[in-house]
Amino acid sequence: MELLETCHDTVKIVTVPEARIDAAAAIRFKDAMRAATAQGPDHVVLDLSNVAFVDSSGLGAIVAAMKQMGDGRRLDLAGLTPDVAKVFRLTRMDSVFVIHDRADGVAYRATG
Amino acid sequence: MTAEFHLESTASEMSVRALLAEVRAHLRAADVPEATCGTVEIVLAEALNNIVEHAYDGAERGKIGLHARLGQAGLVCTLSDRGAMLSALHLPEGRLPEIGSRPEALPEGGFGWFLIRSLTRDIHYTHAHGGNRLTLRFDLPGSDGSDS
Repeated sequence: MELLETCHDTVKIVTVPEARIDAAAAIRFKDAMRAATAQGPDHVVLDLSNVAFVDSSGLGAIVAAMKQMGDGRRLDLAGLTPDVAKVFRLTRMDSVFVIHDRADGVAYRATG
Repeated sequence: MTAEFHLESTASEMSVRALLAEVRAHLRAADVPEATCGTVEIVLAEALNNIVEHAYDGAERGKIGLHARLGQAGLVCTLSDRGAMLSALHLPEGRLPEIGSRPEALPEGGFGWFLIRSLTRDIHYTHAHGGNRLTLRFDLPGSDGSDS
């Protein structure tokens, strides 16, 4: 999966351009996230505003992407669409991640 | 809001995607609200992926049937396949995995049956004549249950 990366001073925005992170996409997503977060700022924001649907495999891949970043680094989420927000809310994973309305707002705050 | 349709698919992750898109198109055409379409898609995605991964063990040669009936009593979806039966005719309890406080111990799976049970009014499973049949019942806004 191709992910779009935008680096600011202290935060990297990683945007998922595809509409689904589901069972068919979960492994490709996790591998692409490993490559996208291997270097750069410790603070990464995953922009999910193009993603209309996440199933439990996709949810697991997002959790795995956070875990594989390692200690002292942070993965936030941004731009959850309604069905994606519902999956995070029901599984209480919305309590595990910091969730922003929009990814660009985080970038503006980070660059001051 | 009344409709009835029957769809068939091969058991692969990509054909599940296509099947879910077809279901969503049918529900939209029947004026089912977007939030309810989302609920139904989340549940069907989990149930269909279970069939692909477990009943057919990822072999991608099995067939899946999906029958849906939308009416006053809500939406009833029946999934049928000829793969392995669910163990001992017991549906998984679908308890939410422990989240805990340590990031490295966060669960990466085990959410599927929890989502299915959380978002349906009731579910029913039978195994007969070599086939599995899973019936999922959803409340719809305006049906006799609460709106979900």
